[in-house]
Amino acid sequence: MRSQFNSALQNESIDRSSKKKKFCRFKKSGIKYIDYKDPSFLKQFINDQGKILPRRITGTSSKYQKKVAQAVKRARHLALLPYTTDTN
Amino acid sequence: MNKNYETVFIVNPVLSEKQVEDTVKKYKKILDKNKIKTICDESLGFKELAYSINNKNSGFFHLFQYETEKIDFVKNLETELKRDRSILRYISVSLCKDALEYNARRAKGEFNKKKK
Repeated sequence: MRSQFNSALQNESIDRSSKKKKFCRFKKSGIKYIDYKDPSFLKQFINDQGKILPRRITGTSSKYQKKVAQAVKRARHLALLPYTTDTN
Repeated sequence: MNKNYETVFIVNPVLSEKQVEDTVKKYKKILDKNKIKTICDESLGFKELAYSINNKNSGFFHLFQYETEKIDFVKNLETELKRDRSILRYISVSLCKDALEYNARRAKGEFNKKKK
């Protein structure tokens, strides 16, 4: 009776293997300058509503996240990227 | 100390091909008149805009990359761009050394092959 009760209380162990280690793709591939004139490259950092993806999802370091944000905002000014897209 | 700048502007698509070249030539003349060293003068071509700017959905993008130490030259260029009715939008950016190296590689056409 007790062991059966215990197993219900025990929460499942988080399998660490599936949570892959996030890395900053700019540091790894050695990109120094993010060009605001290239919307196809910047599209990887905005979600389908046109908002900039946060660091906890893309895993970029703070220095490059600022550069990405600045490049996206400049591209939006030049109408290469939308401010908002009407998804729903 | 020379600082590097890059100005991109969008020309109204309603204009004919010739008029677009005239406007671009007008700004080229401004650069040459002030004896500014233009490193790159490239047309980024006809592009669709992500949203409409005074109900136009496309435009001719043009890029000027130049080097100058006159501080108020960029301001004068921008007032010209602002006054010009056929320019939809413009942006001028100061370039750091990484940007310079990137532009140099881009001018060599290094990025066209591998579409990053």
